Amino acid sequence: MRFYRWLLLLYPAHFRAEYGAELRALFSLRRREASWEPAFWLREIGDVVLNAARVHWDVLRQDLRFAARTLSRSPGFTATAVLVTALGIGANTAVFSVTDRVLIRPLPFPESDRLVQLWQKAPGYTRIELSPPNYEDWKKLARSFQSMAAYERNAANLVGQGEPQRVEGAALGGELLPLLRVEPLLGRLFLPDDEKLGGPAVVMLSYGLWQSKFGGAQDVVGRSVRLDDKSHTIVGVMPPWFAFPDTSARFWIPLRLDPNNYGGRDDNFLYAVARLGPGVTLEAARAELELISASLEREYPKENENTRANVVMLRDQASPQARLLLVALFGGAACVLLIACTNLASLLLSRALRRRRELSVRAALGAGRERLVRQLLTESLVLALAGGGLGVLLSLGLTPFLARLVPTTLPVADAAAIDLRVLAFAGLLTLATGVAFGIVPALRSCSADPDELRGGARTTLGGRRDRLRWTLVGAEVTASVALAIVAGLLMRAAWRVQAIDPGFRSEGVLTLRTALPIPRYGSVAQRHQLYSKVLSEVEALPGVSHAAYVSFLPIAMGGGIWAVEMNGVPAVRTQGHTASLRYVTPGYFATMGVPVRSGRGIDETDSGAAPYVAVVSESFVQRYWPAEDPIGRRFTFALAERTVAGVVGDVRVRGLERDSEPQVYIPHRQVRDGNTLNYVPKDLVVRSTLPPEALVPALRRIVASADPDLPISDVRLLQDVLDTATGARRAQVAVLSAFALLALSLAGLGIHGLLSYAVSQRIPEIGLRLALGAQPGSILRMVLRDGVRVAALGGVLGLLLAYGAGRSMEALLFGVGPGDLATYAGGFVLVAATVLSGCLVPALRAVRVDPTIALRAEA
Amino acid sequence: MDIVEVMAPDEDAAPPPLPPAAFHILIALTGGERHGYAILQEIGSRTGGEVKLGAGTLYRTIQRLLEQGLIEETDERPDPALDDERRRYYRITALGAAAARAEAGRLLRLVRLARRSGLVPEKA
Repeated sequence: MRFYRWLLLLYPAHFRAEYGAELRALFSLRRREASWEPAFWLREIGDVVLNAARVHWDVLRQDLRFAARTLSRSPGFTATAVLVTALGIGANTAVFSVTDRVLIRPLPFPESDRLVQLWQKAPGYTRIELSPPNYEDWKKLARSFQSMAAYERNAANLVGQGEPQRVEGAALGGELLPLLRVEPLLGRLFLPDDEKLGGPAVVMLSYGLWQSKFGGAQDVVGRSVRLDDKSHTIVGVMPPWFAFPDTSARFWIPLRLDPNNYGGRDDNFLYAVARLGPGVTLEAARAELELISASLEREYPKENENTRANVVMLRDQASPQARLLLVALFGGAACVLLIACTNLASLLLSRALRRRRELSVRAALGAGRERLVRQLLTESLVLALAGGGLGVLLSLGLTPFLARLVPTTLPVADAAAIDLRVLAFAGLLTLATGVAFGIVPALRSCSADPDELRGGARTTLGGRRDRLRWTLVGAEVTASVALAIVAGLLMRAAWRVQAIDPGFRSEGVLTLRTALPIPRYGSVAQRHQLYSKVLSEVEALPGVSHAAYVSFLPIAMGGGIWAVEMNGVPAVRTQGHTASLRYVTPGYFATMGVPVRSGRGIDETDSGAAPYVAVVSESFVQRYWPAEDPIGRRFTFALAERTVAGVVGDVRVRGLERDSEPQVYIPHRQVRDGNTLNYVPKDLVVRSTLPPEALVPALRRIVASADPDLPISDVRLLQDVLDTATGARRAQVAVLSAFALLALSLAGLGIHGLLSYAVSQRIPEIGLRLALGAQPGSILRMVLRDGVRVAALGGVLGLLLAYGAGRSMEALLFGVGPGDLATYAGGFVLVAATVLSGCLVPALRAVRVDPTIALRAEA
Repeated sequence: MDIVEVMAPDEDAAPPPLPPAAFHILIALTGGERHGYAILQEIGSRTGGEVKLGAGTLYRTIQRLLEQGLIEETDERPDPALDDERRRYYRITALGAAAARAEAGRLLRLVRLARRSGLVPEKA
C-alpha cells in the first residue's frame, strides 16, 4: 500500500486530492480479489503511469490554451516579454557556441584529455619551439608519456593542379597520427620507412585539398602531386574533421630530421605533442620534465641556460588572453540574460498582482494552489519558448560575427556554429529562464490569501511584494552598471591599442606573398633576378610610388628572432640580446613609410660582394650604443659580422599590444647561398594610389610573366594586417557594448514599469495630497525618491562589481586601470540618464494628477 | 471571467467520438447512480468480464466526464451505515445520456457500413 501511495504521486496534486482516497480504496479491494500478485502489480503500475501521463497532458493542453488566450489578449506585454527573452537567450546562445568551441568541447581525438603539448620555456618566453636534440632527450628520458611525437610547420607551392597555390601543411613525426589515434579516410598513414632521409617523397592530403584539387576522386591514392617543384606520391587522405596542428594545414608530409641540417640544441623549430601515460597526471608529467630539463641544463650549460619544459593540455592551446576575452563575453551575456529574467519577473509580478483578484476568486472556487502555480508557470514557459526560438534565430545572425573570436591555433576543423549541442544549451537555458522569471510571480500571486477578496484590489505601497520588485530592479541596475563600465574599460583599452603607432604607414600599401620554391630559388643570384624583374615592372605601373620585397610582414609574422653577438661575446638568448631579423630589397623603408633617422637605408650598392651592412632600429641603438653614434659600429648577426649603415624608426613587429625586440634589416643579397632559407624575402609590398581592384590584376600579370609557377597568396591591404591584429578586441568591444546598451535599456524599462505601476496605485493618495495643497515639486520628489534610491544602491553595488571584474581582466585592459576615472564617470552619467529617463514619464504623470478626478474615482 | 473559460470544454468543436472507457461508464450509469467500484463491477458483469478498466483509467475518465458535464456527483447517499463515507456517487446527466445515444448511433452506423461491404455477416 505504501508503494501504491508513492506511485500516486505521479498524478498532479489536484487529481490526487480529488480521487486519491477512492483510488486507494479501489486498490485494496482489487488486491484482495487478485489471483496472482505480480500480474496484479504490473497492471496497477501500468495503469497509474499511463493515466498520470494522460492527466498531465490534459492539464497541459488546458493550460496552453489558457495561456494562448491570455497572452493574445495583451499583445504589448507578450511582445515585450518575448523580445526581452529572445535578446537574452540569443546573446547567450551565440556566445556559448564560441565558448564551447574554444574552452569546453573536447578535441576531436579519442581520449583527448590525455593529450598535451610540450614547449621549451626560458625567462620571458613561455612557449618556445623545441630543438631536435632536446626533443630527442626528453623523449628518451621521460616516463610520464605513453608516446611523444614531433612535428614542424611547413608550407609549399602546389603546382600543376590549376593555378599555382601556396598551401600550408606540416611535417609529422611517424608516431604523431597514431598518438592522436586518427585513421585516414583513404589510403594509409605514414610508415616508419617514410621517415628515413632520402626515402620516396610521400604526402597525405586534407579532405578540403582533396575535394578542391582532385574533385574528391576515389583513385587519388598513388597519384602524384608537385609540391615546391618536387613530385610527391599521395598515400592517403585525412577525414574532413581532421585539422592539425590547426585549420590552415592542408597537407602532411613525413618529418625527416637531418642532424646535419639543424644548428643544435639552440636551434628551435620543432613542436611536440604527447599522450600522458595511464594514471599520470599533468602535474606529475610537468614535475618529471622539470627534472629532466634541469639535468639537461647542467649537461649543456651554454645552449640550455635557463631552459625548462612547459607542458600544457593540447586543449588549452588558446592563449590566456583569448580565454579571458571569452570568459568576459560569457559573463556579459549572462548579465544580459539575468537582467532579462529580472525584468520579466518584475513584469509578470505586476501582472500577477493585477490578476490577484481573479486568482483569488479561482482559489476560493476550489482550484488548488498547485494548479494555479502550474498554470502561471505554463504561461511563462510559453513566453520563454517563444523567446528562445526567436533567440536562436538571433544567435544565427550573431555567430559568424563572434566566430572571429575563435583563435586559429586550435586543432578544431569547423568554425563555431549553431549545432545540436548549442541548441540543447539554448533549450535548457530557455526552460531555466522560463522557470526563473515565472516561479516567484507565480508563487507570490497564488499564496492563499482570502483577505484579498474582502480587502479589495488596492495594494498599499511599500508592501512585501513591492519590496521584492524593487530588489529585482536594483539587481538590474547593478548588473547593467557593471556591464556598462566593463564595456567602457575595454573600449578605452581598444582605443588605446588603436592609437598606437605601428611604426609604419599602412595607408595605400598593398601586400601579397609569392612564396619562392627552394631549391629553384636557393641562390641569391636567382632571387635577385626575380626581384629585379618584378620590382622594376611594378614600379613602372602608373600610380605606384614604391615597391619592395621583405622576409615577413611585421605583425603578420611576429617571429624571426636571432641572437645578437657584440664585440665577440657570444650572445645569450635568454638575457634579452635578441633582435628580429628581416631581409629586404632596396626601397623597403620608403614603401612601408618607416622613417630613416640617420645614415642611409638599404640600396642597390649592397650586393653580396660589398661589405656586409645592416640597418637597425632606434631601440637597437638605445640598447647597445645609447650615447654614441651607431653608424659604422659592428656586430655579429644572422651568421655574419655586419656594419651599421643606418638607423630607422621602431616597428611593432610583434603586434600593437606586445613589446617587440629591436629590429635589424639586412640587404637580401648579403647572405650565403643555402643559409637562412626561411628568411628568403617573399612578401611583396607596394605603395600606390591605385585602388586594389586595378592594382592586383596588374601585379598578378607581372608575377606570372616573371615565373608562371609562382603562386600568389595573402593578397591584402597592409591596413587589413593591422585590423586583423585588433579584430578580436574590436569584436569583443562591439559585442560587450551592445550587451551593455541592451542591459541599460532593460534596466531603464524595468524602472519605468515599476514606477508607472507604483504611481498608478497611488493616484488617489496623490490626488488627496494635491487637494490638501501639496506642491507639485514635493509630489515629484516623493515619486522620484523611490526610483533614485534603488538606482543609487544598485549603482554603487554595480561599481564595486565592475571594479572586481576589471581587476580580474587587467590583462585585457592594456594599461587602462580597472578604476579608470573617465570610464566610471561616463558609466555614471549613462546610468543616471537611464534612471532619470525611466522615472520621467511616471513622475510627470504623478504631477499631472487631477485631484478632483482622482478623488472621485476613490469615492 | 477567466475561471469559466478554463473549465469550459471545447464548445466550438463537433462532439468527438467518446473514448471506449467513457462510453462504458455512461452505459453503466444508465442503470442508476453508482460509486467507482460499482461502476467497474457493472462494466465487468455487462461484458462478461471482457472489459476490465484500471482504477486510474476509471477516475481520469470520470474527471473528464464531470468536466464535460456528461455525469455529475450526487449528494444523496444510501444509508450511511451501509456505505463507506469516502465513496462518491455519480449519475448520468441528460447531456450524458444524449452523448451516449449519439455514440451508440455512430457505432451502429459504422457496423451497418461494415455489413454492407460484406465485412461482417448479416445477423442470422
